[in-house]
Amino acid sequence: MITSLLASAGPLTPAARSFLSPTGVEIVFLLVGIAVLGSAVIAVTTKQLVHAALWLVVALGGLAVEFLLLTAEFVAWVQVLIYLGSVVVLVLFGLMLTKAPIGRSPDADSGNRWVALAVALAAAGTLVTLVVDAFRTSWIDLGGGGGSAAMTGQSLFRHWVLPFEALSVLLLAALVGAIVLSRTKDERPPKPRPGKLRTGKPVGLSSVPASTTPPQES
Amino acid sequence: MHLVYPAVLAALLFSIGVYGVLARRNTVLVLMSVELMLNAVNLNLVAFDAWLRDALHAGQALTLFTITVAAAEIGLGLAIVLLVFRTRGTADIDRLTALGDPSEDAEDAEADTVLKGQAVA
Amino acid sequence: MNLALPVLVPVLPALGAAATLATGKRAPGFARPLAILPVAASAVLALVVALQLGTGHSLDAATRLTPTGGPDVSLALHLDGFSSLISVLVGLVATCVQVYSTAYLKDDPRYPSYAALVSLFTAAMFLVVYSGDLIVLLVGWEIMGICSYFLIGHHWETADARSASLKAFLVTKLGDIPFLFGIFLLGTDAKSFRITDVLTAAADGRLGHPTLIALLLLAGVAGKSAQFPLHTWLPDAMAGPTPVSALIHAATMVAAGIYLVARLLPVFLLSGAALVVLSVMAAVTMVGSALCALAQDDLKRVLAYSTVGQLGYMAGALASGDRDAAVFHLVSHGAFKALLFLTAGVVIHAAHTNSISAMSRMPGLRKRVPDAYWTLAIGLAALIGLPPFSGFFSKEAVLGAAEHAANGEALTNGLGPASAVPSAAGWIVLISASATALLTAAYATRLWLVAFHGPSAAPATAEGVPYSPEIDEADPAQAEPHAMRWPLWVLAVPTMGFGIAGLRSNWLPALLDGGSLRPSAATAVIGTGLALAGVLISYAAWRSATARAAAVTWPAAADRVPEQAGPPAVETIPADPGRILLGPLFRPAQHGFFVDRLYSAAFVGPTVAAARLVRFLDREVVETYVRGAGTAPRMLGWVVRRAQNGNAQAYLSALLAGVVLLTVLVAVGT
Repeated sequence: MITSLLASAGPLTPAARSFLSPTGVEIVFLLVGIAVLGSAVIAVTTKQLVHAALWLVVALGGLAVEFLLLTAEFVAWVQVLIYLGSVVVLVLFGLMLTKAPIGRSPDADSGNRWVALAVALAAAGTLVTLVVDAFRTSWIDLGGGGGSAAMTGQSLFRHWVLPFEALSVLLLAALVGAIVLSRTKDERPPKPRPGKLRTGKPVGLSSVPASTTPPQES
Repeated sequence: MHLVYPAVLAALLFSIGVYGVLARRNTVLVLMSVELMLNAVNLNLVAFDAWLRDALHAGQALTLFTITVAAAEIGLGLAIVLLVFRTRGTADIDRLTALGDPSEDAEDAEADTVLKGQAVA
Repeated sequence: MNLALPVLVPVLPALGAAATLATGKRAPGFARPLAILPVAASAVLALVVALQLGTGHSLDAATRLTPTGGPDVSLALHLDGFSSLISVLVGLVATCVQVYSTAYLKDDPRYPSYAALVSLFTAAMFLVVYSGDLIVLLVGWEIMGICSYFLIGHHWETADARSASLKAFLVTKLGDIPFLFGIFLLGTDAKSFRITDVLTAAADGRLGHPTLIALLLLAGVAGKSAQFPLHTWLPDAMAGPTPVSALIHAATMVAAGIYLVARLLPVFLLSGAALVVLSVMAAVTMVGSALCALAQDDLKRVLAYSTVGQLGYMAGALASGDRDAAVFHLVSHGAFKALLFLTAGVVIHAAHTNSISAMSRMPGLRKRVPDAYWTLAIGLAALIGLPPFSGFFSKEAVLGAAEHAANGEALTNGLGPASAVPSAAGWIVLISASATALLTAAYATRLWLVAFHGPSAAPATAEGVPYSPEIDEADPAQAEPHAMRWPLWVLAVPTMGFGIAGLRSNWLPALLDGGSLRPSAATAVIGTGLALAGVLISYAAWRSATARAAAVTWPAAADRVPEQAGPPAVETIPADPGRILLGPLFRPAQHGFFVDRLYSAAFVGPTVAAARLVRFLDREVVETYVRGAGTAPRMLGWVVRRAQNGNAQAYLSALLAGVVLLTVLVAVGT
């Protein structure tokens, strides 16, 4: 519905597709885009690790707005849900679990930051040049309703069912893998009791003493 | 809307992500930068989907998949980082050089053991 | 005549040498019989061959050894009076030396190899004497050289022996290279290496470059026979055991050069220039070596210089065109010089020192070694040329030849026209030989007087630490064994009787080319007079020196006795007539007129400098490239290793940079 609102706000077919006379959608898109870029730059350069995660929230949220502007409504909400809701929370957890320092840490950037800067600038220059050269005259006709939940659901469950199911298996595998990886191993093997050798029977949970160290994290 | 705007934004965002991946020391922040790069891709997918007016909405569907995969990826990645942190006591990516040429590290380690031996003696 | 006999003569000692070497380690008891018997058998066979051949005949036999494409090399035998005479001499001296060595090197652990080398040397000398082919002769010539090298270095523990053997080898090889080219040139010109063919070609005038050939051959002869420019190795070669000096460096090997010139004299007669060069060489050698001998303190060095001088006499006779006289002197000199060396061995053994001045302080040395005393006197008399010893006749033959050559009527005995010999050569030889006769008498007298007739008032001072460069194996405390004494008398017989016996019945000239070898009245008077004058002058000088030493400096000399442990070169001889006679020349003469120093400055120094340059180039220049070839990959590997640092971000940076680069390239390229 926001999409339809925005679509009704701007002209559907502008008379002149010039860069010098932007439509309202374009102006909004540019402003939000600048905000996204700025927060992203701060996120990758700030010395305070927790702040970086919070600036990431701003950047991703801005991107969700951009999705909305591009009439991909469902994707925008998913973006908000998953990225803002879970990924950033996960990142914050990760920072805390790895005992990231609160406050400014002077060694947040590694030694090859100048190489990284050069590579990033070169990549940006190349990509921007290429993209601008390629899509200088392309025009997106923002028709209504292309990205609504109904349309997305239809196409997803009509045409993309099989990848969707495969993805669910992938998520399950990732879940199991993450649990296996982060599980704290019991480092002390159970001591066999003298005189009572239980042959042929596996050592059950009951053999683990209750005073085993609980998992340190999570 | 010009296609150039989202495309350029995606390119710049991707480059910022590249910089973050290459320059950050903390592994969690590196993962975060990877998320930035993935989002740049998402933006591209959505923009081109809108431009092409695809009947199947392949771009948006793929965006959803990408978001899912990214969620899985960050979950697994954080698990690995945790494991590394537990075994090595650090999450600094430039100190995880076990795959590098071992000679200098080995020499350092030998020197360390010698020093320790002397200290013990 | 049975050819097996002359063939066996060189073969037997060679087989003996091989057997001695083979059994030397396992059965040392066989070494002595194996050393003596083959050589003695060869000596007897050589005598038999000589008797069978008779006088005035010659024998030639040849079998083709190998086709070369050019002149063939053939295993040729050439027997005539010269080869008979010299082979008998070689057999006699070699047998005596082998017998003598059994006692002289009794306890030497390396005796088997020593005996084998002496046997091998004897075989090679026989080969040279009997060979009728120049290439085969060269083989024997070089085997002698290598045997000489090993035998001089027998006591290789001492630095002297090592350097002396190297020096002898290098200097003689220096002469052998032109010699080799001379032989090649001779063979090419004559289209054959057979000596008879070469001589026929020379007689027919078919030799294209006689002067060049003669000069090239003379270089080899100068090296082998120790003539002037290449003579310096012989005095140093006395570092070898004394019997070796007797056999190789006095009697036989050094005579090989003379023998070769004698065999090829017709070739030399074609070139007057070569004869003049030979005469100048001989003259410088004779006079210089006699002066040096007068100043030496080492008994063996005196004898070595006298050998050089006597070889100069022979070369002088050849320069005068008379090979009979040269070979006559060669044989008589071979006998008496071997005798002198063996006697010197006995004296050195008894006195346990080489220094004649140290001997002069030993009382009773005369009575200690009576055999050596008398045989040394006989040998020295022959050396001086006193009648009726053999040296007198042979030296007079040389002087007579020189006189005839000076008068323009050289005694070439049919080998060439008398006018082939320039009279200048004759004059040079005549004058220098006369002067040398005087000097020879002087140094021989000095040697005998100083060594055996020290001041009778001398206190018994020989009990210090005597100096001897020779590592004596026999025990000096007891009298010399018979094996060291009777060879002296065996050799003394020809020393005394060879001249008279040879000329009395006239068989010696008949054996050779048939020229008269009888001394002429004029040269006999002059030569003997000069010799007697030399003896008297030396005696007078010795008397005055002894008187002065006894009167003035004797206590000082007595105090100096403990210094005898030092080398004799730094020692002053209390009563040395040589010092008085030579005056300011004494020091240069003592050091061989500094020829060695000149050579080392002129040749050794530049060679060493060049070697150093080469070493520098190798170490610093070539090695740099070699090291660079190793260092460059190592640096490259270091760089690659640095890249493999394990930092994932660095890898990723490189990866992405590469991607960007590729993209740009593709975008720009298309």
